[in-house]
Amino acid sequence: MKKDLACMIFKLSGSELLGRVLTTGAAALAIISTVTIIAFISVKGLSTFIDNGISLKEFLLSSHWYPDRPLEEGGPQVGILAFVFGSVVVSTLAVILSAPLSIACAVFMVEIAPNWGQRLLRPAIEVLAGIPSVVYGYIGLSLLVPFIRENIGGLGFSVLAGFLVLSLMIIPTIVGISADSLKALPREWKEAAYALGSTRWQAIRLVLLPAARSGLITGIVLGLARAFGEALAVQMVIGNTRKIPASILDPVTTLTSAITMDMGNTPMGSLWNNALWSMGLLLLAISCFFIIIIRFVANKGGIAQ
Amino acid sequence: MKPRLADRIATISFWACALLVIAILVSLAGYILYHGGKSISWNFLTSPPQVIRAGGGIGPQIFNSFYLLVLSMAFTLPVGLLGGVYLAEYARKSSWTDLVRLSIETLNSLPSIIVGLFGLLVFVNLTGWGYSLMSGALALTVINLPLIVRIMEESVRSVPAGLREASLALGANKWQTVCRVVLPSAFPGLVSGAITTSGRVFGEAAALMFTAGMSSPALDFSQWNILHPASPLNPFRPAETLAVHIWKINTEGLIPDLRRVADGSAAVLILVVLGFNLAARWLGRKIHRRMTAE
Repeated sequence: MKKDLACMIFKLSGSELLGRVLTTGAAALAIISTVTIIAFISVKGLSTFIDNGISLKEFLLSSHWYPDRPLEEGGPQVGILAFVFGSVVVSTLAVILSAPLSIACAVFMVEIAPNWGQRLLRPAIEVLAGIPSVVYGYIGLSLLVPFIRENIGGLGFSVLAGFLVLSLMIIPTIVGISADSLKALPREWKEAAYALGSTRWQAIRLVLLPAARSGLITGIVLGLARAFGEALAVQMVIGNTRKIPASILDPVTTLTSAITMDMGNTPMGSLWNNALWSMGLLLLAISCFFIIIIRFVANKGGIAQ
Repeated sequence: MKPRLADRIATISFWACALLVIAILVSLAGYILYHGGKSISWNFLTSPPQVIRAGGGIGPQIFNSFYLLVLSMAFTLPVGLLGGVYLAEYARKSSWTDLVRLSIETLNSLPSIIVGLFGLLVFVNLTGWGYSLMSGALALTVINLPLIVRIMEESVRSVPAGLREASLALGANKWQTVCRVVLPSAFPGLVSGAITTSGRVFGEAAALMFTAGMSSPALDFSQWNILHPASPLNPFRPAETLAVHIWKINTEGLIPDLRRVADGSAAVLILVVLGFNLAARWLGRKIHRRMTAE
């Protein structure tokens, strides 16, 4: 009996069926986790609107954030416009600064100095990618914030500090994807451009960059997504005031930062807590939106198709 | 402008951009390592942190980070490996495969704070484990699964088709071929992929604040009963990792020597991540050389 069982297990371990079941199961797990994440965050995030009766318009378009105001003073309000504004401003500025720099870096790596660019620059970029986000936050806090306070003005904790830290963090993302898409271009295109008498800059600007366009856009969108979702590094340097900033030197709050700071301190089920979950749902929706953009861009492909 | 001149200017600008990025990288790493290096000592690395007095260390945090790494890898590696094999060997072009890929893509670009929130709902609250290493490990698994699957798929794909055909020709079925022929040949890629991912696990913080928690109980390193609450090995105890510790002391720290502890912790974190990175390259190359007998 025991021997039969052992025999069966042995047979099963080499069987085609087992392999199919195990691998398909692992793949299914990816789908299951994605679906559960979306489902759980949605259910929890919708309770602000369903249980607390806050309207979507009030939530998104008002900047009155008084989640714990007592009833006699007008009751609590949970408008998150200031947070959304903060997230959008900080991550957009970060991308505007680092996208050109990163694409230039990628071009340099692939076209100008392919030899040591690949051997030295790529590992360097990978190290940059490996530095944990709290370390970026800490560098921002101990180096950038005092520098801004003493030389430029304000408290130092500011939009400026936030987007500078973020722009550093997303460089590796954009460089990596841009370099890959530039490298994937057929050599002949470049050679054809040279044969027509163009200089290297003309070949890069008129042939290579347009041809790699979809890859470059994918890189930039992924960088934007990463900037938008980054929590701790930003939280450490932006000052976290709940107002729409008037200047680049003013402190600001982002969606991620507000969630990070308050999630642990608010009781589950309270309006404040529910509003934080709704902000999480908004983040999730935005990152899904970024994925759709990337899919759309990737399907369109380069100009040659 | 003359094309020649424009070309010259463009070339100089490309050089400038690349040098700028390298300069930033080198100065950041140098700054952290220089400042942190001064505060790293054996005592700092092994002693527990202080709450209000000076002189604390980061011993438990380092232990927690490594233990969490091992725990999460125990989940991530098998699932990621099998998922990668599925995509490289079994998946046909179908809407189901598209769905798998879309899910992996979605997981890959989710902000880690979202995964942390999900972990808080499901692993912390729903299971009743509370803030625990196990919840943290599962959240990290969700974060790293897409990366590992992609690395595994690539290394499995890079195995030459001739090897598979030879195995199939000898009468082995597909699964036997995968286990005995394909996976061993893909091994170097798998190892370096796993180590690279480990570096990422080590630095992750946002997802762990809500799952593994922001505090550690007093650990008794002579208590090896895995279910004892003070046992360092108990997977159901809360655990603050090094990355979370850096964030916590910088935002709500009360210790007077905050700069020293923060500098030292950041340096340790960077050194470990760098170490993982170098180890991945070195080990991958070494195994590859041994297996191909070059």
